[in-house]
Amino acid sequence: MSGSAHHDESAARAARLERNWAAACIAIVAVLIIVTAYAGIHQATMPQVTAETVDPTRLHLSGEFIESNLGSELRPDGTVLVRAIGQQYSFTPQCILVPADTPVRLRMTSPDVVHGFLIDRTTVNTMLVPGYISTIDARFPEPGERHMPCHEFCGNGHEGMWGRVRIIDKAEFQQLATAQRRVDCVE
Amino acid sequence: MLSSSRLILAHFWLAFIGFAGALLLGEWQMFMRSPLSAWISHPEWYYRSVTAHGTAMAYVLPTLVAMGFGYFITEAALKRPLIGQNWAWAGFILAAVGTVTAVIPVAAGEASVLYTFYPPLIGNAFYYIGIVLVVVGSWIWVALMSVNLRLWKRDNPEAPVPLAMFANVAGSYLWAWTAVGAAMELLFQILPVALGLKSTIDAGLARVLFSWTLHAIVYFWLIPTYISYYTIVPRAIGGRLFSDAMGRLAFILFLVVAMPIGIHHLFADPQVGAGFKFLHAFFTALVALPTLLTVFTICASVEIAARLRGGRGAFGWLKVLPWRNPIMLAVTFSFLLLGFGGAGGLINMNYQFDSTIHNTQWITGHFHLIFGGAIVIMYFAIAYDIWPHLTGRALASYGLMRAQLWTWFIGMVLLSFPWHWVGLLGMPRRMAYYDYSDPSLAPLATSVILSTIGGAILVASGVLFLVVLIRGHRGPAMDPGLYRFAEALHQPVRVPAPLNSFGLWLGLMIGLTVVNYGFPIAQLVANPATNVPPVFVGAQQ
Repeated sequence: MSGSAHHDESAARAARLERNWAAACIAIVAVLIIVTAYAGIHQATMPQVTAETVDPTRLHLSGEFIESNLGSELRPDGTVLVRAIGQQYSFTPQCILVPADTPVRLRMTSPDVVHGFLIDRTTVNTMLVPGYISTIDARFPEPGERHMPCHEFCGNGHEGMWGRVRIIDKAEFQQLATAQRRVDCVE
Repeated sequence: MLSSSRLILAHFWLAFIGFAGALLLGEWQMFMRSPLSAWISHPEWYYRSVTAHGTAMAYVLPTLVAMGFGYFITEAALKRPLIGQNWAWAGFILAAVGTVTAVIPVAAGEASVLYTFYPPLIGNAFYYIGIVLVVVGSWIWVALMSVNLRLWKRDNPEAPVPLAMFANVAGSYLWAWTAVGAAMELLFQILPVALGLKSTIDAGLARVLFSWTLHAIVYFWLIPTYISYYTIVPRAIGGRLFSDAMGRLAFILFLVVAMPIGIHHLFADPQVGAGFKFLHAFFTALVALPTLLTVFTICASVEIAARLRGGRGAFGWLKVLPWRNPIMLAVTFSFLLLGFGGAGGLINMNYQFDSTIHNTQWITGHFHLIFGGAIVIMYFAIAYDIWPHLTGRALASYGLMRAQLWTWFIGMVLLSFPWHWVGLLGMPRRMAYYDYSDPSLAPLATSVILSTIGGAILVASGVLFLVVLIRGHRGPAMDPGLYRFAEALHQPVRVPAPLNSFGLWLGLMIGLTVVNYGFPIAQLVANPATNVPPVFVGAQQ
């Protein structure tokens, strides 16, 4: 009898310990979710809200991704809009020109296979999927030059697909952008 | 001896031969893209090798280990012969034929699309057909697990299903359902194009379907490891499982919440909106629960073993653990690697953190730490533990086993920690070549060399592993006795129906998948204007 009572008591103790630990685990997970939600709502980095499509077979013929429209555009509100495409195995423009300390929006897509890119030492990191437009916001505090490698396997030349981002002084960019409709690193 | 020991050995050996080949390729890749090697003259060789390495490690090794271990559990836990052995052999032959069918076009350079397929890149149709055969072979295993459990329950009404079998069947159901995503991608999208029946493909839809498989497959890889934590480790080190019910709950949670979270792989993708990304991030956080519960239960079980050996004090009991026992070593290493890998996973599940490391070498480091580290180290332990019961011979090379586990642990740390670091610095993944003479890449060189050395240590450890097993086939014949799984501190006499059956949980698993994937998939299917022509891959290019 006493053995069985002891058994019951230890089982109850084990169950209590387990419940406490499970409650702690749930609290940990809840905190993680709250942090994620809070960061998403209050910080700048957010995924684009909805999917935006574009006919990948007609990119070069019409619409915003025709060749003459690629590059950086100075908007009336002082922000910069960059349109670019990634294709096997380069970006167009291959070197993106942006001003320092200015809100920049990148709109990019792919006409052939899946690519991706990141700009090193920033949080700019996205995929390029044919048929869909990737939009991502950035702000580069200082002038300088950054790598922009393709980071998704896109075929046998993938390792050579490294673009660049050149960040120049705000005033200098303004000058270039008023002289030309779309600018990139090529003078 | 078990009636199906030849069947089980066949599964394990095919798995480990594939593993050994893939391990060598992995180290070759590490070397080729490190500063130790000059420009690789044929980058295509590198992608060919990555395709073979990934296919063998991600599909062949874990699937065959889960199948072989599943058959072992069925006999050893239900204590009766496996029903349907001819079917099981048919499943094995399908998996073996599928492996060979897939490997040939890969070796010929006709399918260098990496194991994640990446349409609209399209390789030789036989590569995909081979993978489909492996999956079909594994579905026979799923059906056999279900049938064996059902017949055992009929003969043992009301009895609790042994935990090992309960977990094993949960794992098989998880696999059956998670494989459906990639199967749809292969059968409805990729194969029709590879066979020339269709001329366009939607890459965005393909990525969503693949994500359905891509995350839960990790939990399928993990289930044999967790089964060994719960049902082998406590017995092997002379302890008791702290709680049988918590084990059941952990496996049920994996079954339900491992599935509807795969879109966290698509945080950076443009074809899915922010809402579903957040929903999947939420469920990704939930899947940490079964692991946190497991950490508690297994640490408590290990403590019981130590107390039974006379261990005292708040931490003093750690000293008396059987540290020379290979299973003790394996579970320790596995937990350490799981801790680091899990912490990395919690970082990845968050969109804001993910944007700094998405598709960098951090990710490669992360899944090598989790799969190659925490998971595979317990595959070794499982093999060591059950080998005498399969061969009827003693497995006595304890020194070699310890050396193998130590080298694997050290090698994996050396491989994956620098890998995480270079990822944080922005090094992109899956490239055959990096120009280390570039001033911004030059600081990465030392870390990449360290990883390459880690890989070499892993190759040595892999060789030791095979030596131990081969020696096991030549050891002195012995009677290993009846195989025993760990007993719980409080062995269940009766278990409530939800902890003893799957109906409710399968309903939830399917329901949650439909809720979390239904709308994104329907939306993508409804818009054919995003299709692109395929880009064929072949050595001649």
